Amino acid sequence: MSSTVLITIISLSTLGLLAAIVLFFVARKFKVYEDPRIDQVEEALPGANCGGCGFAGCRNFAEALVKAESFEGLNCPVGGSDTMKSAAEILGRVAPEVEPRVAVVRCNGTPEHSPRTNSYDGAPNCTIAHSVYGGETGCSYGCLGLGECVDACDFDAMYMDSVTELPVIIDDNCVACGACVRACPRDIIELRKKSKKERKIYVCCVNEDKGGPARKACKVACIGCGKCQQVCEFDAITIANNLAFIDSDKCKFCRKCEPVCPTGAILELNFPPRKPKEEKEAKVEA
Amino acid sequence: MLKTFPKGGVHPPENKLSSVSPVEVLPTPQQVVIPVSQHIGAPASPVVKKGDMVKAGEVIATGQGFVSANIHSSVSGKVLKIDKMPDSTGYKQLSVIIDVEGDEWDPAIDRSETVVREISLSAEEIVKRCNAMGIVGMGGATFPSHVKLSVPPGKKCDILIINGVECEPYLTSDHRIMIERGEELLTGVTIIMKALGVERAIIGIENNKPDAIENLTSLAAAFSGISVQPLSVKYPQGGEKQLIRALIKREVPSGKLPIEVGTVVHNVGTAVAVYEAVQKNKPLIERVVTVTGKDLARPCNLLVRIGTPVADLINFAGGIPESTAKIVNGGPMMGKAISTPEVPVTKGTSGIILFTEEEAVRNPSGPCIRCGKCITACAMGLEPFLLMTLASRALTERMEKERIMDCMECGSCSYICPASRPLLDYIRLGKQLTGKVIRERSHK
Repeated sequence: MSSTVLITIISLSTLGLLAAIVLFFVARKFKVYEDPRIDQVEEALPGANCGGCGFAGCRNFAEALVKAESFEGLNCPVGGSDTMKSAAEILGRVAPEVEPRVAVVRCNGTPEHSPRTNSYDGAPNCTIAHSVYGGETGCSYGCLGLGECVDACDFDAMYMDSVTELPVIIDDNCVACGACVRACPRDIIELRKKSKKERKIYVCCVNEDKGGPARKACKVACIGCGKCQQVCEFDAITIANNLAFIDSDKCKFCRKCEPVCPTGAILELNFPPRKPKEEKEAKVEA
Repeated sequence: MLKTFPKGGVHPPENKLSSVSPVEVLPTPQQVVIPVSQHIGAPASPVVKKGDMVKAGEVIATGQGFVSANIHSSVSGKVLKIDKMPDSTGYKQLSVIIDVEGDEWDPAIDRSETVVREISLSAEEIVKRCNAMGIVGMGGATFPSHVKLSVPPGKKCDILIINGVECEPYLTSDHRIMIERGEELLTGVTIIMKALGVERAIIGIENNKPDAIENLTSLAAAFSGISVQPLSVKYPQGGEKQLIRALIKREVPSGKLPIEVGTVVHNVGTAVAVYEAVQKNKPLIERVVTVTGKDLARPCNLLVRIGTPVADLINFAGGIPESTAKIVNGGPMMGKAISTPEVPVTKGTSGIILFTEEEAVRNPSGPCIRCGKCITACAMGLEPFLLMTLASRALTERMEKERIMDCMECGSCSYICPASRPLLDYIRLGKQLTGKVIRERSHK
């Protein structure tokens, strides 16, 4: 009885030992060298695997960081500059300062602004609707309201507003990974430079029609009149295809363009209220 | 036992309400909007400018490249502007807008009613003429006809197939053409036969149109090489590959054109257009459109100038009924809803259908119950339920393997699905994604 136990233990131990020796030599023979820093850098990354950096996932990005000569053009939008700094520390390099960005939806075609002329009952998917027809309003550039961007967001930073029928971005959650930008078949969402106190000023329209038809389709459409371009002192505004665009890298938030817009297509958000005009004039007189 | 294609197919209710109404001429509208892209291929480029006076039949935009077509003015009058106007999809497209003044035609066009049967042009001249006259496939796909009239080098064509199936429910424009314009149609077929250099032509007609079969059979006796073949009714028999299989039992390989198996398919409407272009020098400036709907006062077939607003057609047929929930451009199976009746009739508009609420509203879609009805219905032997799943996950490689590009978007799968799943919607998306990948690869 006891000999059976003994034989079992001895034979199994010998087998185990043999296998260990074989595995030891095999592992040494076929060892693949991997830079240990890749693991360290990966550890420092957020691990969201969102693809916002343009790579397949965090490990892929870590490999690219270790291999790269400089950090130029490489950025993790989710972790921001803190993450990039800690990654740079591991690799003994300097991370360039990258300004944080945030997604904005450039359409204000609520049912009130842009009356619905028909209704869509096809598959609830923006890309499908976009390829089939112009949309429920007279505007064939604006938001279709089927929420493909919301589905694409991995960070709970978007939801569909049931009243405006437009997607809303929760700035605090948005990491500017760009998944929504890629999901939107109409290029409505843009990543803009984040400013202090979440201030934003942008042209909330992507309609490239001429003024008349654009305005007919939507009360708050950009008509490409160029007034904002004239008042801008920083060359931040360009007009192309009957549409104004404010470059967030050049914009200094002077707020001069918003009051001159005849249609209200330029939105400014999270600014302190403007001083009433009369008061200002009174001051000048005094 | 009548011939038909063996694989798949469905039997939607026919509802051919307007099959007994002779073609009526719709009065010329006050203004026409003529898009420069009414065909598959490169858009034409406008050659007129604002303020120009044009006659009916004058070229207003010339085709760019081989796969493209000329666009002619369908009316006489003054060019109001050349601007982007919404087409039937609601997207804006470059169009020539003409204010109608009188009805003066280009003097080169023979407007007499006499049927000219002697063909004086040579094969090359026929192709050239069809190209100049802007002839495109009238069945709905609007593929420039001159491309299909010339056999590519190295290929051989031994039989011509003429599509008089009109398998889409509701539509009757081809049916009326076969009854009313039989002699012109058969002369057109003879012209196409000459262009292709073939001796035989078969006209396939479903046997729900006995009057058309009878008319063409008796007329065809006077034309050499043309026969009429009745087919049993099954959708989508009007699909090129299905019709070829039904008539001559040849299988067109996946991703190939009918010329691979020695045949070319043209629509009956195209044959008449070819006749008019070659014998009468008349460009494609008007077409027969079926205007129909269950609650419409007067379902009819109208001869309409290209560019006429759809609203004019509906008003002629008795106006939009209260109950209308959807207006569809084309047939009920493959047509697309239009967002406003202000859009113009184009070369590919075969019908305008006004659906009642009951017919138009799509049922809410449920989960797939794996019944396999879509597979049974697919005339191309595809697996629609699988393609839908693959498309929603953008798995292009697998979709290509599953032959998604073979799908002709006939809609049989969506029609038959008991769970009302939007199969075709997603397959179209999948085709877009896969097509993009294939194109990118071939450019490399």
